[in-house]
Amino acid sequence: MKLTTTALPNSDAFKANREAHLGLIETARQAAEAVLAGGGQASMKRHTDRGKMPPRERVANLLDPGSPFLEVGATAAHGMYDGDAPGAGVIAGVGRVHGQDVMVVANDATVKGGTYYPMTVKKHLRAQEIAEECHLPCIYLVDSGGANLPNQDEVFPDRDHFGRIFFNQAQMSAKGIPQIAVVMGSCTAGGAYVPAMSDVTVIVRGQGTIFLAGPPLVKAATGEVVSAEDLGGGDAHTRLSGVADYLAEDDAHALAIARRAVGHLNRRMPETVVWQSPEPPAYDPEEILGVVPADLRTPYDIREVIARVVDGSRFDEFKARFGESIVTGFAHIEGCPVGIVANNGVLFSESAQKAAHFIELCSQRGTPLIFLQNITGFMVGRKYENEGIARHGAKMVTAVATTSVPKITMLVGGSFGAGNYGMAGRAYSPRFLWTWPNSRISVMGGEQAAGVLATVRRDGIERKGGTWSAEDEAEFKRPTLEMFERQSHPLYASARLWDDGIVDPRKTRDVLALSLRASLNAPIEPTRFGVFRM
Amino acid sequence: MFQKILIANRGEIACRVIDSCRRLGVATVAVFSDADRAARHVAMADEAVHIGGPAPADSYLKGDAIIAAARDTGAEAIHPGYGFLSENPDFVEAVEAAGLIFIGPSAKAIRAMGLKDAAKALMETAGVPVVPGYHGQDQHPDHLARMADQIGYPVLIKAVAGGGGKGMRLVEAGRDFADALDSARSEAKTAFGNPDVLIEKYIQQPRHIEVQVFGDGTRAVHLFERDCSLQRRHQKVIEEAPAPGMTPEVRKAMGAAAVRAAEAIGYAGAGTIEFIVDGSDGLREDGFWFMEMNTRLQVEHPVTEAITGVDLVEWQLRVASGEPLPARQEELSITGHAFEARLYAEDVPAGFLPATGRLAHLAFPDTARIETGVRQGDTISPWYDPMIAKVVTHGATRAIALSRLESALVDTEVAGSVTNLDFLIALTRHAEFRAGEVDTGLIGRDLDALIDAAAPDAGARALAVIGLAGLADPSVRGGMTLWQPLRRTIAWDGGEALLEVEGPGAARVTLDGTPHEVRWQGDRWWVDGALRRNRIVRHDAGTSVFGGRTVTLAPLDPLARAGEAAGDALTLSPMPGLVRSVHVKAGQAVKAGDRLAVLEAMKMEHALTAARDGVVAEVLAQAGDQVEAGAPLIRLEEDAEEAA
Repeated sequence: MKLTTTALPNSDAFKANREAHLGLIETARQAAEAVLAGGGQASMKRHTDRGKMPPRERVANLLDPGSPFLEVGATAAHGMYDGDAPGAGVIAGVGRVHGQDVMVVANDATVKGGTYYPMTVKKHLRAQEIAEECHLPCIYLVDSGGANLPNQDEVFPDRDHFGRIFFNQAQMSAKGIPQIAVVMGSCTAGGAYVPAMSDVTVIVRGQGTIFLAGPPLVKAATGEVVSAEDLGGGDAHTRLSGVADYLAEDDAHALAIARRAVGHLNRRMPETVVWQSPEPPAYDPEEILGVVPADLRTPYDIREVIARVVDGSRFDEFKARFGESIVTGFAHIEGCPVGIVANNGVLFSESAQKAAHFIELCSQRGTPLIFLQNITGFMVGRKYENEGIARHGAKMVTAVATTSVPKITMLVGGSFGAGNYGMAGRAYSPRFLWTWPNSRISVMGGEQAAGVLATVRRDGIERKGGTWSAEDEAEFKRPTLEMFERQSHPLYASARLWDDGIVDPRKTRDVLALSLRASLNAPIEPTRFGVFRM
Repeated sequence: MFQKILIANRGEIACRVIDSCRRLGVATVAVFSDADRAARHVAMADEAVHIGGPAPADSYLKGDAIIAAARDTGAEAIHPGYGFLSENPDFVEAVEAAGLIFIGPSAKAIRAMGLKDAAKALMETAGVPVVPGYHGQDQHPDHLARMADQIGYPVLIKAVAGGGGKGMRLVEAGRDFADALDSARSEAKTAFGNPDVLIEKYIQQPRHIEVQVFGDGTRAVHLFERDCSLQRRHQKVIEEAPAPGMTPEVRKAMGAAAVRAAEAIGYAGAGTIEFIVDGSDGLREDGFWFMEMNTRLQVEHPVTEAITGVDLVEWQLRVASGEPLPARQEELSITGHAFEARLYAEDVPAGFLPATGRLAHLAFPDTARIETGVRQGDTISPWYDPMIAKVVTHGATRAIALSRLESALVDTEVAGSVTNLDFLIALTRHAEFRAGEVDTGLIGRDLDALIDAAAPDAGARALAVIGLAGLADPSVRGGMTLWQPLRRTIAWDGGEALLEVEGPGAARVTLDGTPHEVRWQGDRWWVDGALRRNRIVRHDAGTSVFGGRTVTLAPLDPLARAGEAAGDALTLSPMPGLVRSVHVKAGQAVKAGDRLAVLEAMKMEHALTAARDGVVAEVLAQAGDQVEAGAPLIRLEEDAEEAA
């Protein structure tokens, strides 16, 4: 049951793979590091000169010392808005307060005053979605000027825009998922509803303000001249209006009050799975960089990855001799039982049937599912279409879509076409979706896409009796190839929150373990599958 | 042998006597003051009797109450321990008058040795060498100054009735004599009720070597010498037996002189003859002089027990109950070498100021004999000697015994009060001391270096931060982040550090702008690449790092902020202490800076002043109250304007 390895750590291939992965990791690391500076030194200095803690330190000081922080959308908005919104101006992630997993959403006021760009809204909503699905108490560290006005059309009106934040707060509160706000700066206009809609609100004296309209707007509207502090400062809101519940002296005090509030939530994790004592993998996770080829097109055995992720490298492989292009089986990650579905080649009918069967098993047992996604798609061709690969693929997609057990997806290679659906891509609402720096995601490979377009074009030209040189065809294909290369890059994907973040492959096990633990804050409901096309 | 005895003492010595009684099947009665209701010696004894208030004069010095307690409980004898009533001849007489046995010498013997000048004269007659000095009745300052001139500077002024360094002054030159005399006399008056002093030649490079004697009232034997040269201002710090550099000839001469001294006064029980020894050129048969006799069991008696195998308390009980001396001189011999270190609650860098506090954590290794009167959770109060424990080790050679002392101290853990533990460790590592080159000036000469060697280093402080953050337990070291670690502040009472947890067992602690890499590898702590012998211990007063250079950090309650606004209305006790006086009444108007009360703590008087103008609303403490740190003492009216 313990997996064996064929890795040769001293081989040239191993070393070359490792070097290539390290380069990709460094690119991702730099992107993440660029976000740490927030809106830049001058902006950070203005922020701290006011006695405010840097946003990331607020998060750190809110969490337990040594708490993990499973950051969501760390490089959101990377390369967008002319680089004006690092991290989309908001920090989000799962950490622990008094040992309780919580979702923290912290505005970064050093980034354009913490105003909401479209990606800011998307990231905030994504954090809330995770919290709602995982039953994680939410702590909002509010310091934001509200909607980013130049982008108002992409921030305000639609369903998944600004208003959805408060809808979500109400929905979560209704489900007994605590909502706690700490007002550490502005909360103007719509933003005022974040604290107002929270179960418990803390406000910092002389620093936090909550109002529907700020002093300039008040003066314009009614002629009343009033200071921000008198209009909606901490003293007014805790003493007169009741919009906030606790008055804090400074950031550190406010965070301590929020921690105490979490301490009084009277919650515990529901009983879901049978935990075992955690055990490290028998093979060093560091070796993942050597065993996984740098080139996505080079096939390798996904079990080499599984061996470096699961407890004791033990894997109870299910249906090993059937539909071999997908690997399914049971294992533990940091003591948590999981069912693993991992690609080991293109999907055939048998592989899809096997995966559907396995997902049904895990759903029956309430075992969380891990998807290790590296898929070019379903097999094509007459033989396969005629035997009903779409029917079999649909079974797999139905199973993935309707299972109630937590799904966590790690994109370890390609994510192309319908393979993305069957392997719990974003549209299939895995609790978390993480991606490796070497991954690529697109509807199909750039080569294939360019090839399809070129074929259509060539057919058109040749129908009219024209000819098309190989050079012309290459020139025609180039923009498509370039576009696909750019858009399928994990930094491009992560910037747009198609995933929850880029993960150093060596941390795969840790990230999966934390994702599982976060997910298991919610009970596992019984599954009711859709109709399987038999 | 007695059926039951009463122990007229407290602390470690009471516990130590009870230990021997247990072994001998003798029942024990403890006495205790209000401050000692829950003390270890009370818990250990078979019976315990409350005898009065916390001040020694109201309890442990109240001879009649103690004798009544012995009578009431049916104790046949009273063991006085050391200090308190142990060398009080009136008490001895009262005990005997009550039909009880005093476990110790006769009142006559105590009196003979009690006044140092008379004792010296007596010793001279008995053929025991004494130091040149003036021991006369004429206490006129001018006369004393003339005598000092005659003896020749430097001289020592000592309280006639003194002991333990109280009322003692070293005077280097004539111009300082008058001031030194004044302060010695006033201290002597306070401590002993007798301001009289004697003056002695001060011996350069002196060593303090004392001989343990034991008499049955007629005959006496000696149990060899102890060297108590490692002193600080005449307070013994580390004692050892035998004395380094001792020769059989000198030992024989000193032993014989000590026995002559004891027999000259018909001494019964355990006693110690202190000699001052010229250590400038090796020990000589004519290079020691009688200083004084301590007519009681000494604090440092365990080192003698360690090298002789004798239980001196057992001997005391056997001789007091009428048995002859348990051994003849020729039956006594020395095996190996022994050390005793005195662990005190005291602030060494602040000038060895006595400290107080609740011992939030207390642990001793089982590699040493530990004599202690306190347990974890007990309080070192300002009422009594702040000794925490005596750590005693024995080994085949001096080097082995000293190394074992060092390890035992390194493995000792005390939190809740500052202590001299790390200073003691530094002493055990002192090159001259290790080489056996000891004299009473060693600590004074090398004090700064010793304090430096005992001060916490950055590595220990970094580990304390880890502990304070709750990351000392291997099961909670985590801190996984996707990319860069989170950086947070860890604050404690008096400082703060930045903490970045980099992953399981790896963290960076930035102290005063300098980052330190902390690792947990192979079940040991490493800081900046160096293996640490430290242990991180969490207790209810914070986190301590032990293993030399102790660091204790007390957490700050981040929520304790609400009091700030009203803070200037309340005057709080800045430390545990005794309210000496209160200078205001309710309704009285005060100005900022006015003295409200005086607190006596750490043997110092602290004036507590008004933080602002106002009217006293309430006086919450009275003179004589023992208060904890942070206790509210005076409350002013809320509205400062009312005072105008």
